[in-house]
Amino acid sequence: MAQIVFDQVTKRYGDVRAVDDLSLAVGDGELLVLLGPSGCGKTTALRMVAGLEVVDEGTVAIGDRVVNDVEPRDRDVAMVFQSYALYPHLTVAKNLEFPLRQRGVPKEERERRAVDVARTLGLEPFLGRKPGQLSGGQRQRVALGRAIVRSPKAFLMDEPLSNLDAALRVQTRADIVALQQRLGTTTIYVTHDQVEAMTMGHRIAVMDHGRLQQVAAPQELYDRPGNSFVAAFLGSPGMNLIGGRVAVEAEGGTAIRTAAGDVLLQGAQASVASHHEQPVVLGVRPEHLRISPGGALEGTVLLVELLGAETQVICELADHSRVVVRQQADQARPRLGEPVRIAVEPAAVHLFTEDGSRLEEKTAA
Amino acid sequence: MASVVSRRSQRLREAVLGYLLILPALAVFGVFVFYPFARNFKLALYQTPPFPGLPSHYVGLHQVGQVLTSSNFLQSLLTTIFFVVLVVPAGLLLGLFLAVAAHRHLRGIAVYRIIFSSTVVSSVAVAALVFGTLMNPVVGFLPWLGINPHPPILENTTWALPAIAVMAVWQFLGLSFIIMSAGLSSLPEEVLEAARVDGASSWTTFWRVTVPLLSPTLFFGVVVATIYAFQTFGQIDILIGSQNAAYEHVNVLIYNVYTTLQINGDPGRAAVLSIALFLLTLTLTLVQMRFLERRVSYAS
Ligand SMILES: Nc1ncnc2c1ncn2[C@@H]1O[C@H](COP(=O)(O)OP(=O)(O)O)[C@@H](O)[C@H]1O
Ligand SMILES: [Mg+2]
Repeated sequence: MAQIVFDQVTKRYGDVRAVDDLSLAVGDGELLVLLGPSGCGKTTALRMVAGLEVVDEGTVAIGDRVVNDVEPRDRDVAMVFQSYALYPHLTVAKNLEFPLRQRGVPKEERERRAVDVARTLGLEPFLGRKPGQLSGGQRQRVALGRAIVRSPKAFLMDEPLSNLDAALRVQTRADIVALQQRLGTTTIYVTHDQVEAMTMGHRIAVMDHGRLQQVAAPQELYDRPGNSFVAAFLGSPGMNLIGGRVAVEAEGGTAIRTAAGDVLLQGAQASVASHHEQPVVLGVRPEHLRISPGGALEGTVLLVELLGAETQVICELADHSRVVVRQQADQARPRLGEPVRIAVEPAAVHLFTEDGSRLEEKTAA
Repeated sequence: MASVVSRRSQRLREAVLGYLLILPALAVFGVFVFYPFARNFKLALYQTPPFPGLPSHYVGLHQVGQVLTSSNFLQSLLTTIFFVVLVVPAGLLLGLFLAVAAHRHLRGIAVYRIIFSSTVVSSVAVAALVFGTLMNPVVGFLPWLGINPHPPILENTTWALPAIAVMAVWQFLGLSFIIMSAGLSSLPEEVLEAARVDGASSWTTFWRVTVPLLSPTLFFGVVVATIYAFQTFGQIDILIGSQNAAYEHVNVLIYNVYTTLQINGDPGRAAVLSIALFLLTLTLTLVQMRFLERRVSYAS
């Protein structure tokens, strides 16, 4: 067991900075989720911990040891690949025993531990089969078993659920969380799926274009996104972002003037008055918007999506930007093409600068 | 109705056009491959008369049995097997070794790949000249190194065949390298990486993961190399020939077909020998196809 520390790590492929100046500490026993869109450098970061990619700049440490120059086999970490990467010519039992065998564990102990792990994961009936004779879910569990069988310092998992169907994914998600909790092994879990990230991670590190955007506990990340990328990436759908300018109103209040109307600010947010006339981005989650005759924003209904318990109303604003309004299924649904007014819950407004960083509200003491 | 008819006539037209297009190729194959192939079986049933000019007469399978039990054939078969044993493992292992060495993401590695595969395009005649010079008892490289048996290598009943084998291995190396390289690049990269993370050394990874995964390629290589060894003719003819003291010891089946026909003037016996060689090759190919079929389950 050990912590894993990235210190100003950069990895380049030609001109592409796959991972750009990444500094991140994963605590001992923590399950940290690396989250980001495809191509943002998650796999590359993980592979540098495994030793499968050379670190161009900075250091990666496992426990107290900088491992930049340590061979993968001497790092004592286990990896679960997206493709599972099972040994196709070996049976499930031999696949599970493989890491133990490399460490010179005697035959009887090897077999005993392989069977133990197989039992934990419900793989006992398949010990004699080869990977080619297993379903996707079973293969996934073999890959997991091969990782846990030797009690490594850390687990590195690269989108291990992405090849499973939805139902199995939800179940396996819970299984992995339970397993990690029981073993208490430091884990870096890579995914592009924000629901996975929210449900599994002790903390989530969001990446984009090789750069770390924010690290925080799931709820904090959702409630206080550090920039507009994180705001829009988390949540399904993500936060609505509407461009506008800070305007100090005649009555003394502060508002954000958008093409679709003025949104009055309250409380701490109003402290941006000093930014008068500056362009800003107003962020508000779909659940904090409401279709209401007195609403501040003006739009047209573009699409109504029924999701069972909820309804998503997608509206187009005057500047052709779109916002999503989430409402309960029993609320009255607007018709397509109908002009509507949209109310913004003032306390739930986030403000970002034009380049995306969060406008720090001065705590109105 | 009309459209059905016209569709049918269109399909017919397409078929006719198709056959017309392959006709030239078919003609060439017919004249130079199929006809001689069939004719060869007929030849095997006729005994060549002891003196030229007399008519050959039909003897049925009698001649086949006679040839296949003759000491000349058995000796030749043994020589062929010995030659295969010398060429195939060496050719494949060296090819695999070079392929593994070149299978890295290093700057300039492409140059090595080209060099390693270059023997594919070298001609037998030129290669024979080079090796003949290397082994020449007076000006050669091997004698200069102190390797200079008596009689000289290419006339030496012990060394002539291994010398030809060395040359065959060298010439096969390019193809071997290409086959092994293709096999290596088709391996699932992540499985090899998994082995490294799981604690395997390069050595262990190679023997416990790479080689088993490569086994279809290796087997394919064995068949190709064996067929290549079966076909090694030019080197023997150029460097040794039928007048050489070592001739009996390098008289592999394919060379035997040639000497039986051209030197002994016996098309009947030569036909039997060539059919034997054909069946040997065919069997090998069928075994390989069966083997590959069984291995397909690996892929998924
Ligand atoms: N071996 C490689 N060679 C060149 N570019 C690569 C290589 N691996 C990854 N990249 C690039 O690095 C970036 C990050 O890739 P990756 O870490 O695989 O992203 P993710 O796992 O988040 O989808 C991408 O732009 C990708 O194209
Ligand atoms: Mg990836």
